[in-house]
Amino acid sequence: METENTALTNGAAAAAILASAIGACALGALTAVSEVVASLRPLLAFYPPAGPLSGRAALAVLVWLAAWACLHASWKERQVDFSKIFIWTLILLAGGLIGTFPPPFEELGEMLRSMR
Amino acid sequence: MGLTDRELWTAVHGMILWTIFLLGFAAGLAGLWNLRPECVAVAGMPRQLRRLLSGLWVAAAAAWAAVLTGTFVLYPWYRARPPEGANLANYPRAYLQANPEFAEWHDGMEWKQQVAWLAPILATAVAYVAMRYGLGLAVEAKIRRTLMILLTVAFLTSGVAAFVGSFINKIVSMH
Repeated sequence: METENTALTNGAAAAAILASAIGACALGALTAVSEVVASLRPLLAFYPPAGPLSGRAALAVLVWLAAWACLHASWKERQVDFSKIFIWTLILLAGGLIGTFPPPFEELGEMLRSMR
Repeated sequence: MGLTDRELWTAVHGMILWTIFLLGFAAGLAGLWNLRPECVAVAGMPRQLRRLLSGLWVAAAAAWAAVLTGTFVLYPWYRARPPEGANLANYPRAYLQANPEFAEWHDGMEWKQQVAWLAPILATAVAYVAMRYGLGLAVEAKIRRTLMILLTVAFLTSGVAAFVGSFINKIVSMH
């Protein structure tokens, strides 16, 4: 009879935590880039009444779920260096929080357009 | 005195769903804080764990419902373009942009709409990890602390959303 290894590794937790930060950073990056490059905004209006927010949110959720699935598949039975994961999680979360604040990126976009 | 559709959705989104999230957050944070080795041996811990998991999943579900209603129901009303000669008080974005003293609240609204989406993503990750590891989190101090940080960031982002949303609603209510 096979014995089941009931000890949990930290890989599954690391995958879920890092993937959530990747999703947050994806939302920030999509917001920042689409504020700088105005021509991207209509493409992100998946649901036109909600404008580009609908596409940014949908794509960020997709990135989050895809990252989670990939990381979970490769780490679920592994013990990973959680300190590194923690640092990357904080960096990505900070990127997400900064990127989701549109005004500086709107101004940057307008400045770049006026320089052309 | 009845509520219009817009007032009803605003109340459901801002007062009911985010309040449920707040309650789930508080239960989740307190539960994670107490999930320490010295506390796990205490009788009744499995029941507390069930309460913690319920709180976290309720918080995650409420955050999803709040951002979905906010993005797909309320935000289109907020950003609707007014027809020529319309009363701007019925078009919040146009009203804010037309009044220099309130124009910065529109920036706040744009931030709120994006940043609020972090709350359900983070809350779902926290709920999943807590469910998968259960009482094992008591000996995984780094994971437990990280979960508390993520949950707190989720709370702060929802706090930004609630703060900005309630002030904009004070300036120009949706009727």
